[in-house]
Amino acid sequence: MDETDRRIINGLQGGFPLCARPYAAAAEKLSLTEDALLSRVRHLLETKVLTRFGPLFDAERLGGELTLCAMSVPGADFERVAAVVNAFPEVAHNYEREHVYNLWFVLATACGADTGRVISLIEEGAGYPVLQLPREAEYFVELKLVA
Amino acid sequence: MNAIDGKIVRATQAGLPLVPQPYAEVARRIGISEEALLSRLKAMLADGRIRRIGAVPNHYALGYRANAMTVWDVDDAQVDELGRQVGALPFVSHCYRRPRRLPHWRYNLFAMVHGRDRAETQRLVDEMVPVLGKALRASDVLYSVRILKKTGLRL
Repeated sequence: MDETDRRIINGLQGGFPLCARPYAAAAEKLSLTEDALLSRVRHLLETKVLTRFGPLFDAERLGGELTLCAMSVPGADFERVAAVVNAFPEVAHNYEREHVYNLWFVLATACGADTGRVISLIEEGAGYPVLQLPREAEYFVELKLVA
Repeated sequence: MNAIDGKIVRATQAGLPLVPQPYAEVARRIGISEEALLSRLKAMLADGRIRRIGAVPNHYALGYRANAMTVWDVDDAQVDELGRQVGALPFVSHCYRRPRRLPHWRYNLFAMVHGRDRAETQRLVDEMVPVLGKALRASDVLYSVRILKKTGLRL
């Protein structure tokens, strides 16, 4: 990753233009050619510096429901339970964290009834209770990562 | 959400095509005009269904290896005002209020903090304490050890 890649990452975390030639318009602001920007973005995606390039949707405003869930799993059983949880397509993210509550995952479902159903199935498959922590208020969500 | 918007979400949530005219390409795939697609995207951006359009970086690849979920037990009467102040800190990427689950879980304010190493993350956490002041009763820091799954949302 060089200085140009950093400028692309820092300058393009939002505000990608909505016009016929958006890469050309964004490239001009970065003093790059359209071709150069396209090939840089392709490379940053291939090397997984970027996970995605495009619109970031708010699932709840689209009508879905997101629920953060936590589980406390004994170390010897951790890999089995992680696989049980990951197998559900509704599980969008799953992280291991250093804590008594060591498994943290986000469920993305179409509605609240689905959330309850999936959590029951996860508890049954995993054998441990799930702590449900839906968001009640959002104070700020903005990526401010500096490359 | 109408059927066209649903198609737009499904066609773009994994990313925009890397071609000079990406919106024309997406419009062609879902069978609408480029103008119609651009106007739907503008509407979704205006009402918040799209948060932003651009690069979504991978924390680890940028050198942010000490990613912590910080959790705080804050007086309920003050949590909204203090949540806004915590969310405005430059190193906090997400900040939410969530329900307590007593007796198992006492924390009602969550803030994601990203540092290059644990010493840096801990310094950032230390900066948050005076912001919460007397409303703060307890806190904890949960470092992420491993990403077990990370897919886009499947809508």
